Amino acid sequence: MSILVYTESENGKLKKTALEVVSYAKAVADQMGSSVTAVAINAEQAETLGNYGASKVLLVNDDSLKSFDAKKYAAVINEAAKSEDAKVVVVSSSADSKYLAPLLAVGLNAGYVSNVVAAPSNVSPFTVKRSAFTNKAFANTEITTDVKIVGLSNNSFGIVESAGSASVEDFSPSVPDSGVSVESVDKATDKVSIADAEVVVSGGRGLKGPENWGMIEELAEVLGAATACSKPVSDLGWRPHSEHVGQTGKPVASNLYIAIGISGAIQHLAGINSSKVKVVVNTDPEAPFFKAADYGVVGDAFEVVPKLIEKLKAFKAANA
Amino acid sequence: MKILVCISHVPDTTSKINFTDGDTKFDTNGVQFVINPNDEFGLTRAMWFKEKQGASVDVVNVGGAETEPTLRKALAIGADAAIRVNTPATDGFAVAKQLAKVVSDGGYDLVIAGRESIDYNGAMVPGMLAGMIGANFVTNCISLEVDGTSAKAVREIDGGKETVSTSLPLVIGGQKGLVEESDLRIPNMRGIMMARKKPLTVVEPAEVSNETKAVSFEKPAPKGAVKLVDADNIDELVSLLHNEAKVI
Repeated sequence: MSILVYTESENGKLKKTALEVVSYAKAVADQMGSSVTAVAINAEQAETLGNYGASKVLLVNDDSLKSFDAKKYAAVINEAAKSEDAKVVVVSSSADSKYLAPLLAVGLNAGYVSNVVAAPSNVSPFTVKRSAFTNKAFANTEITTDVKIVGLSNNSFGIVESAGSASVEDFSPSVPDSGVSVESVDKATDKVSIADAEVVVSGGRGLKGPENWGMIEELAEVLGAATACSKPVSDLGWRPHSEHVGQTGKPVASNLYIAIGISGAIQHLAGINSSKVKVVVNTDPEAPFFKAADYGVVGDAFEVVPKLIEKLKAFKAANA
Repeated sequence: MKILVCISHVPDTTSKINFTDGDTKFDTNGVQFVINPNDEFGLTRAMWFKEKQGASVDVVNVGGAETEPTLRKALAIGADAAIRVNTPATDGFAVAKQLAKVVSDGGYDLVIAGRESIDYNGAMVPGMLAGMIGANFVTNCISLEVDGTSAKAVREIDGGKETVSTSLPLVIGGQKGLVEESDLRIPNMRGIMMARKKPLTVVEPAEVSNETKAVSFEKPAPKGAVKLVDADNIDELVSLLHNEAKVI
C-alpha cells in the first residue's frame, strides 16, 4: 500500500503546487508508515519529486493527454491508485484538480475532503482539518472509506525538502473517451494567476475608476504579483470577473495580500482570509479592513501607492 | 429540454458563523438563509433557456423542511416545480447519491448546480453526480449555450478560461458569469403568489452511507491588532514586510 499523489505540470514543467502536495503526501506517509508514489502526466524532470518525498513516480507520456481533460485524467489517477493499492490520494486545489477529484472519488468509491489545511490530526480514524464557511471556520472531518482523497489547499502546508530519491517508471493506463473537448484556451501567459500567486495586489472602489488601475498593475509588476479586485469593482465592469476575489469570487491564499481602496466587506474578508500577511491602504481609518489586516496605512491611495512603488523599486535594486 | 437546478440552502453571505453543541453543529440562531449564490446564477440561466428556447425547469434540494422557503423562492423566481429530498445534507457524496436518483427518476437532460456552496465549500456534488449518472461535466462554468443536444461552455481555469464543446446529458458546476449579477431576479408579488400553488414534492431519501463526517468545528484564532504605518513613512512599511513579515 502507498500514498498516491497527483503532481500537476504545465507545458511539461512541474507546478509549484506539485511540490507542495508531494511534501504533504510524505507527511501522511510518515504518519502511516507508508511511502509516496507520484503520478505525473507528460512532465519533465519527474525524478526531482524525490527531493520532496516521493520514492516512486509513475510517469505517463501520452499525446492524447496534452490538454487537460477531467474525465481522462481522473481515469489515469484511478488506475494508478489501484495499481499502487493506494489508501490515500492527495491532489491540489487548482481549478483542474478540483474538477477531476469528484470524478476520481466516484471511481474509487473514496471519501473526498477538499480545502484541507493541515496534515491529518489522526490517521485512525483518518481526520483532517479543512476550511469551511469560506474561511470563516474550520471543520475537523473524518473520512470513513477504505480509500481516501485529500484535496490540499494551496499554500497551506508549504514545500518541504526531504532526503531521498525517486525511481521513475513508465505508466501506460487505458484512457477513456471523453464527452468534453477543448476548443480554445484563453490564458495570459505573461501574468501570474491569482491561484498561483505568492503576492496579490487588489483594488477596490476607492480607486474611483478603471482608468486608475495603471498604478495597481505597476505595483503588481514590481512585486511579481497577480492583480485582483473587490466585488463592486467587477460588478461595475471596471475589471473582469476573473479578478473578483471574495466569498462569491475566487479565494486567495497568497503569502501577501495588498488591498488598495477596499473597505473590507465581510464577504471580501472571508475570501482572502487564508492569505498569510494582509496590508490595507484606505483613507477611512474606520474601514473594517483595518481589523483584519496585519499592516495598515491610513491615506490616499493616489499618494501612497506611487510612493510604495518607488520604495519597493529602491528596495529591489538594493537587494538584487 | 428538461432542466434540473440544484439549490443549496445556505447562510446569507453576511452571516456571522458560530457553532453550538460543543462546536459540533452550525448555529442557525439569527441566521438568514438564501439560495446559494452560485446556484442562483445557474437558476437564472435556466430561466433564460426556459423563456428563449423552451425548457422545463425543476429545482431540487436535499434537506429538511426548514429549506422549503428557499425552494419557494426559486419557484417565485420562475421554476416550474420543486423537489425536496427529505434528509439532512450531511456530506457531499451522500447528497450526490440522492441527486443521482432524482435525476434518473426525472429523466433530466441538463443539471445545473453551483460550483460549490458557500457554507461547506466542498465543490464536489456536481462532479460526483456527473460521475454517478455517466453524464458529461463542466465545472467553474461561466457561459453555457445549448443547441439541440450539443452544448458549448466556457470554464474558468487558473489564469484564464477555456471553451469546450460537449453534449447532453450534461451536469454544470456554475458560477457568476453564467449570467451577470444584474440579471439576477428578485421575486415579484405575482411570482410569490404563483409559487404558493406550484408543486413542491417531498420524496423520501434513498438509503446511502456517508463517506465523510465533520466531527467538530473551530473558528480561526483571533487576530492581533493592525500595525499602522504613517502615510509619509512608506519606507517603514517596506522594512516591516521584509524584516518582520518576511514576505518580500
